[in-house]
Amino acid sequence: MKLRICGLYTVMLGLLAVVGFVQSWSLSLSILNLCLISAIMTLGVNLQWGLAGQLNAGVMGSAALGGLAVVIVSQPPVTETLNAAGWGIFGAVFTLCLSIAICVWVWRVWQPRYRIFITTAIALTGLVVYRLIFDPAVARVEAIDAATTGYLGGLGLPVILSWGVGGGLAALAAWGIGRISLGLRSDYFAIATFGIAEIIIYIIKNEEWLTRGVKNITGLKRPVPYEVDLQESQAFIEFASFWNAPLIDLSIITVKLTYAGLFVLVLIILLWLSEKALRSPWGRMMRAIRDNEVAAAAMGKNVKARHLQVFVLGSAIIGIAGAMLVTLEGQYTPASYQPLRFTFLIGVMAIVGGSGNNFGSVLGGFLIWFLWIEAEPAGFWLIDTLTQTLPETDPLRTHLLESSAHMRYIIMGVILLLVLKFYPKGLIPERQATSSKKL
Amino acid sequence: MDDVLNAFVLISNYLLIPAFAYGCQLALGALGITIVYAVLRFSNFSHGEMMSFGAMIAILLTWKFQSLGISIAPLPTALLSLPVAILVTIAMTLTADRLVYKGFRKVKAKPVIFIIASIGIMFVLNGVTRFIIGPNDQKFGDGERFIMSAREFKSLTGLSEGLAFKTSQLLTIVIAIGLVAALFWFLNKTRTGKAMRAYSDNEDLALLSGINPERVVIIAWSIAAALATVAGLLYGLDKAYKPFIFQQLLLLLFASAIVGGIGNPIGAIAGGFLIAFSEVTITYAYKKFMIYLLPDSLEPSSLMQILSTNYKFAVSFIILVLVLIFKPKGLFKGRHI
Repeated sequence: MKLRICGLYTVMLGLLAVVGFVQSWSLSLSILNLCLISAIMTLGVNLQWGLAGQLNAGVMGSAALGGLAVVIVSQPPVTETLNAAGWGIFGAVFTLCLSIAICVWVWRVWQPRYRIFITTAIALTGLVVYRLIFDPAVARVEAIDAATTGYLGGLGLPVILSWGVGGGLAALAAWGIGRISLGLRSDYFAIATFGIAEIIIYIIKNEEWLTRGVKNITGLKRPVPYEVDLQESQAFIEFASFWNAPLIDLSIITVKLTYAGLFVLVLIILLWLSEKALRSPWGRMMRAIRDNEVAAAAMGKNVKARHLQVFVLGSAIIGIAGAMLVTLEGQYTPASYQPLRFTFLIGVMAIVGGSGNNFGSVLGGFLIWFLWIEAEPAGFWLIDTLTQTLPETDPLRTHLLESSAHMRYIIMGVILLLVLKFYPKGLIPERQATSSKKL
Repeated sequence: MDDVLNAFVLISNYLLIPAFAYGCQLALGALGITIVYAVLRFSNFSHGEMMSFGAMIAILLTWKFQSLGISIAPLPTALLSLPVAILVTIAMTLTADRLVYKGFRKVKAKPVIFIIASIGIMFVLNGVTRFIIGPNDQKFGDGERFIMSAREFKSLTGLSEGLAFKTSQLLTIVIAIGLVAALFWFLNKTRTGKAMRAYSDNEDLALLSGINPERVVIIAWSIAAALATVAGLLYGLDKAYKPFIFQQLLLLLFASAIVGGIGNPIGAIAGGFLIAFSEVTITYAYKKFMIYLLPDSLEPSSLMQILSTNYKFAVSFIILVLVLIFKPKGLFKGRHI
């Protein structure tokens, strides 16, 4: 088993090295960084799917909330908008939360016969009051310098803090989502989380006072130095001349390596924690619940609470990865959150890598992201070779070459189906119960 | 009096007719999901892409017909290519069933495995569609665009509001009613339809009475594929064809099917209309409507819109979530065909 893990990881690193030699090291490092982020997201999904059997189709929502944390934590506050309408917006959001809380409370305590009318009445009143405060405030915020700001800004803190905040934000949302949807059957749970994630994306896309919506936020702060600053620093110039390397290339690679170092650190911490959790009594209990809920409940385990716990933990990890992704990209683009890329692709990673095995998840994250990126040049090359016999300007050939980027979806689907059919346990299967070793 | 008529025409033009056509499209799609669920017992995540695939085949054929000069004006040429597109989509779906789902049925895999498999099919179909037709908007509509344009209506009635009725809307409504009638006739009157209902009600009893399960499955997939093609094409004719849209449509279809009670065809139709009408009524700006109906002194200053149109899909997702929380079995009882 250990041999298999080592072998597969060596192959994976070898693939990245091949890209380094054949294409470029800069590209190879870019892929590596995104592989690391994917691996962390997959760890989160693995906690939910592998350890608890929850088919979470709302990964996209957690990742987007993590990204939102980067904006809220690191962007400087925009004082004009805060002065103009900050209180209006906070008051409105508070009203909304308050009316939801009152609705939930009334629903719980009132007698069932009339509660539907009373709750509806409170909800509608809350909505009207909210809109009355909210609409003018938003109009004021979005009117201020709409081309560059037009939003409230953030707290202006170091960006690295946002990784933790992103996890917290995603966890908070997951608590709410889990409370309302964890009681559902597996496929309804998937559809409910899918729907809620879409709602989150709609809010992020359309509430411009918070995120500037589709106008995007660019130029986010970085936890690592800028390439230009490196190129101007004396120490770095000496370092470059010592290695006899071109200054610009070296600065790009240094920045990417610094990111990779930070990501590896986060990955190792989370992997260590996940392994600890998996092998602890808690992990055994989770597997027992997954394999037989009724029996576990009969043994006195609180199945509902454990399900909620693991869902929140998994989503928090996804949120951390989402924040890291936005930090790496340096911009927040709400329109880029699409279910195929952020929900289903991560699911493929977890299943291909091996459900229930943390090392498998990391490998799955690496391998699938690598293929996702490299499918494009590979598809191009494949089509180019297959259509060699056709003339350069043949419409069929040009169309096929233009479309080769879409090959990646087909490849992902085929990989998922093949793994599901022939290796349902994934590349690195879950370890079976280890009790015999301990005896 | 004119004001009341004007208000009524306004609301029909912008709300009732579009929502009704849209409801028909959603109902057809949701019916496909519900039938697959009733017979195969899993939520098919690839249904949106099946619609996209079917519509794509129809569009490709339509282009071919258009270039050959074949047309059935004033009707859109796309109708001519619909039967072939249905057959191709059925063939594709049955191949997918043979290659993928059949093996899992044999080992009696858990429903969750079927869902993941359908996600795999979704990826493949999404890729194939983008690969063949590209990710952009495609135009293929032709024939007479309006049965009655707003201007004709105005000159006919002398009202200040116009009522436009698009050919695609009429086609959607007529085809949807025809298909639904045929489907219910099939399920309730024919031997095969009754066998399907029996199988959906109780698998073991159906097997004991000599119903061939594989045949039932093939028929269920064929009906779903046919409905998906029609729904996809009608949606494309009425609004726009773009592969990306069908990813969002998938969740709307789930919402329609689940709100009505998944597995129940009447529920799917009711759910489709419920979702369509709530989406349109909640995001419609009632300002002009109110101006006609209210006295001048009460004229509204705001748009009178409950939610902005940006949130039109979110409305359906919110309904879906509310139904899942409060009435997870749906408004009608589920799992019966």
